Amino acid sequence: MGRADSPFGNVNIGAAMNDQSDDDGIVLTEAQKRARRSRSLAIAFALAALVILFYVMTLVKGPGVLIRPI
Amino acid sequence: MSLVSEGADFRGPLTASGFAEPSLATVGDYIALMKPRVMSLVVFTALVGLAVAPGSLHPLTAFTALLCIAVGAGAAGALNMWYDADIDAVMARTSRRPVPMGRVRSGEALAFGLTLAGFAIVTLGLLVNWLAAALLAFTIFFYVVIYTIWLKRSTPQNIVIGGAAGAFPPMIGWAAVTGSLSFEPILLFLIIFFWTPPHFWALALYRADDYARAGVPMLPVVSGDATTRRQILFYTIVLVPLGVAPWMLGYTGALYGATAVATGIIMLGLGWQVLRERRPAERASRNLFAFSILYLFLLFAVLLVERGWGGLIVRLAT
Repeated sequence: MGRADSPFGNVNIGAAMNDQSDDDGIVLTEAQKRARRSRSLAIAFALAALVILFYVMTLVKGPGVLIRPI
Repeated sequence: MSLVSEGADFRGPLTASGFAEPSLATVGDYIALMKPRVMSLVVFTALVGLAVAPGSLHPLTAFTALLCIAVGAGAAGALNMWYDADIDAVMARTSRRPVPMGRVRSGEALAFGLTLAGFAIVTLGLLVNWLAAALLAFTIFFYVVIYTIWLKRSTPQNIVIGGAAGAFPPMIGWAAVTGSLSFEPILLFLIIFFWTPPHFWALALYRADDYARAGVPMLPVVSGDATTRRQILFYTIVLVPLGVAPWMLGYTGALYGATAVATGIIMLGLGWQVLRERRPAERASRNLFAFSILYLFLLFAVLLVERGWGGLIVRLAT
């Protein structure tokens, strides 16, 4: 498929993407990396706690865990 | 009605190429979004509702209910900070919150609040019961949509009607145990509902300039000092008999009755002092604001000791 047949007209998509990643890519500072790591750990901890909570509550309530009064 | 909302932008800084600057928000910033001090009061009143309710609840189920209520309250706090970032930025009391400080972007606060709300409601419904979950969902909706988005910027009755959101937690706690509602949790609701106006208007009296700058139509800003002081005394006169009512109706013992009467008399005295005070004096307003917190805490703490503490211990032992 020639460039004229491209749905994006004369734009070279591959080159444009490479330019973007080369010129505009975001490099995290150390502070940003630390903040991201602490947020990721907190999300992991919260999800693990949720899994444990559902597991233990299922043991507590037995087979009727999903039978809830409305 | 806000004077400052137009043009305020809390989407966060952009890089030179137009991408959002990577966030520096810490876990502490997200905890601050959940308004931990408000959350602790919500958990406490919900615990009382849960403890005084008839019937029994497994301790882990009770813990789950309180956890979901706490997270739901945190979600409401985050959504409030998302919407109110513009007025928070110009008020001294709130200007250091994470969104106006630029540490958390507006969209991040919105996503955080919605996610927490969803998890709290669904978990409470699945693991406890759906009436409690529905009440929690309504409470979050009421606080965010009815109070924050609608009433807060449009009427001086904002905290009167909006106060209902803060009054629901004992009902949620009660519903978590019984799966139903009765007059007793509604009485607890009414106590907090009528406690809210004197509490917040006492604060608004000595923060009136702050609210005026932010364009929030609090009663002292819109109707003036004297009207607010009369309204504070009026709501205190309604509140005190409601505080005594659980004892009068036989729900509680003499300790609660004595506490409610003694602290009620002090509330009335402080309300009277607020009525007689005139700006720039603010001592009586500050005293009422501070004592109103102690008043509500004492009523619910004694209720917990008299009605719930024993019940909780029995439940843990069985």
